[in-house]
Amino acid sequence: MYSFDPTEEQQMLMDAVNKFAVNDLRAAAHEAEESRELPKRLINRGWELGLLQASVPEFYGGFGERSAVTGVLALEEMAFGDLAGTLAVLTPSLFATPILLAGSEEQKQEYLPKVIAGEWTPYTAALIEYAFNFDPNDLKTTAALKDNGYVLNGEKAFVPFAKDAEKILVYANLNGQTQGFIVTKEAAGLTVNDEREKLMSLNALPMYRVKLDSVKVPIVNRLGGASGHDFEPLLASMRIATASAAVGVANAAFEYSKNYAKEREVFGVKVAQKQAIAFMLAEMRTEIEAIRLLTWEAAWKLDQGHVDTYTESYLACTGAVDMAMMVTDRAVQILGGHGYIREHPVEMWMRNGRGFATFTGLAII
Amino acid sequence: MPIEFEVPKPLTQAQFMLKTVADEMIRPKSRYFDEHEHEIPWDYIEFMHMAMKSMGGSSLAPRENGNGKEGDGKAKRPPLGYQLIATQIESLAYGDLGFYHCLPGGGLGAAAVYAAGTPEQKAKFLARFQEDKPTFAAMCITEPGAGSDNSAIRTRAVLDEKNNEWIINGEKIFVTGGDKSFNEYEKLGRGFIVVWATLDPTAGRAGMRAFVVESGTLGVKITKLEHKLGIRCSDTAAISLVDARVPFENILGSPTIEKTTTGFKGVMATFDATRPLVAASGLGVARAALEFLKEKLNENGVQIRYGLPRQKLTSIERDVIDMEIMLKSAWLMVIKATWMADNKKPNALEASMSKVKAGDVTTKITQKVVEILGPLGYSREFLAEKWFRDAKITDIYEGTGQINRLVVARQILGYSGSELR
Repeated sequence: MYSFDPTEEQQMLMDAVNKFAVNDLRAAAHEAEESRELPKRLINRGWELGLLQASVPEFYGGFGERSAVTGVLALEEMAFGDLAGTLAVLTPSLFATPILLAGSEEQKQEYLPKVIAGEWTPYTAALIEYAFNFDPNDLKTTAALKDNGYVLNGEKAFVPFAKDAEKILVYANLNGQTQGFIVTKEAAGLTVNDEREKLMSLNALPMYRVKLDSVKVPIVNRLGGASGHDFEPLLASMRIATASAAVGVANAAFEYSKNYAKEREVFGVKVAQKQAIAFMLAEMRTEIEAIRLLTWEAAWKLDQGHVDTYTESYLACTGAVDMAMMVTDRAVQILGGHGYIREHPVEMWMRNGRGFATFTGLAII
Repeated sequence: MPIEFEVPKPLTQAQFMLKTVADEMIRPKSRYFDEHEHEIPWDYIEFMHMAMKSMGGSSLAPRENGNGKEGDGKAKRPPLGYQLIATQIESLAYGDLGFYHCLPGGGLGAAAVYAAGTPEQKAKFLARFQEDKPTFAAMCITEPGAGSDNSAIRTRAVLDEKNNEWIINGEKIFVTGGDKSFNEYEKLGRGFIVVWATLDPTAGRAGMRAFVVESGTLGVKITKLEHKLGIRCSDTAAISLVDARVPFENILGSPTIEKTTTGFKGVMATFDATRPLVAASGLGVARAALEFLKEKLNENGVQIRYGLPRQKLTSIERDVIDMEIMLKSAWLMVIKATWMADNKKPNALEASMSKVKAGDVTTKITQKVVEILGPLGYSREFLAEKWFRDAKITDIYEGTGQINRLVVARQILGYSGSELR
């Protein structure tokens, strides 16, 4: 059967996340983007919503079960508030969720309780590399088996909170396959750049370049243990996360520009009463709906372990990239000159919007 | 029920069965009827009528008691009516959009009776579609001076109180299936057309009503069958009504003019129900074109490498992937809109959005497919060029893409027709 109604529990969660997104994240977003600082209390408050904790079974210290569908619903709501804040709140998932999904029993027992106990603690992951043709399935960072361990070499980019992270899950190319490796902060050969990444947006999210120069990783720290893991479901989760964040940001831009257009007077009417503007809004809303449904379906398939999951998540993410660019661009256009001024958030969302082509690896559900 | 995307069994069964019909019965004749405009595919019509009768369905409007069998003792499940119809339509249009329009049954005419008729009217006018001979019904709204702006309808209905009959005068155009619904054919049962007319031209939308006009009614004439860009085996009629007399009880809605626009809203209610279905018909054509393209690419050793970053894809791969995104997401919009209808949730926004999206997607995909296939696409040896021509209508009828954008915009902005013209 088809159904498009979130459960009561999901709806309650969405309402709670939405409240946080609008009242806390959105309220602080402009200042955070300008000052490049995200108040720690905001991250803590977001963490207290318990999204990650609720996806981990009790046995590992959590209080629930992972559901990709719940994940996309919550992520969309949070990204509606602010993308940088959302990615910051969810950074520990980049480390914990792959362990939950693909880790060995030992790894789950060792790391999951640590990550989710108590306050937000920076655990992170490193996937993206600084190359125009970056391909998560064809990484330039390498891992090689040597002396009863792995040796990692290469450079990672856009690694959130790398400076403070206790552990980093580093993805590297092992004989042509992308595999995760748990690397400790103190590992010899691991250098985190002092300077933060400077990007077109996400100024509030501290991200770093990370160098790996013959970093030794014990066999037990390969994600999934000695036999490793399948990367496809992880990449699918990341792509679905990117897609739902894109839907959230696009929806923020749509709502804001719609409300603006209903207030703004031109030639004696509201600018929204002009078909040129009204039609843009209609198309924005339509495209958001299209990609939202595609993303929900991909998430549902992921939960079901459906054979199509990998392709569907790819299609949802690819579609979301174009949709988010189109919608955020139009939001700026609808505000006209005001859209170009940083006092309004639409220009920031437009900068976010272009980023979804590059952001896969910064969130996972 | 939580969010779910499991395709219900009746839908997959319908897809499976109609795929055979499309492949075996429709496609081999598709080109012939494109080149012999206004010929009627009788074999197909008779076969489909028998097949639908044996399955127990024969009109666009879902039956009142949904899909549950009576007394089977199972817990009541949500009905699948519109979702199933959308699936059937998509599957037939995948065969051929013109053939889909030759599907016997009530079409839009029955949908109007279903949406705006009394129980007595429904019993009287809808039963005929279950009988032995295939039967058609059509909707007459458009006039030479009233297209998308259907409030400009000038066809006039006047009550002759002495005989308790309506006298209707006017001219209707672009009536899909008008010929098979109104003209008498030996092989067909008695059909009807639903004619939209005004009781009072000064009353605007409040004066608008629909009338069931039975096949053979005196004073009503098919004056022309249009020659079209595509969907050529679907007849498109012009109809003139000169002092046509219709029984009093054939009016859909109240015979008196109130200060409200309920009569007009009857038309709109029909469209809320049928827009996602028209969207579905477009997506069937789009899927046909996309599958054909992939087949040809495959024959020529071109593989689509899903999962690669765009920077590494070829232009053709990008196009195919983008088309798949469009098609899949548009189909989900159709499913959501029909699911809402089945669950009695108001779906004016979703219905119109699904039509906007499908109109775009269908025209874009069929155009792109012809482009990519080059001479193979442009040649009449294959059907791609035909699908390109057929597809365009889906962005025009049942509200053009622009009218649907207007409907969507009014919904999301909370504007009335006068606030957003």
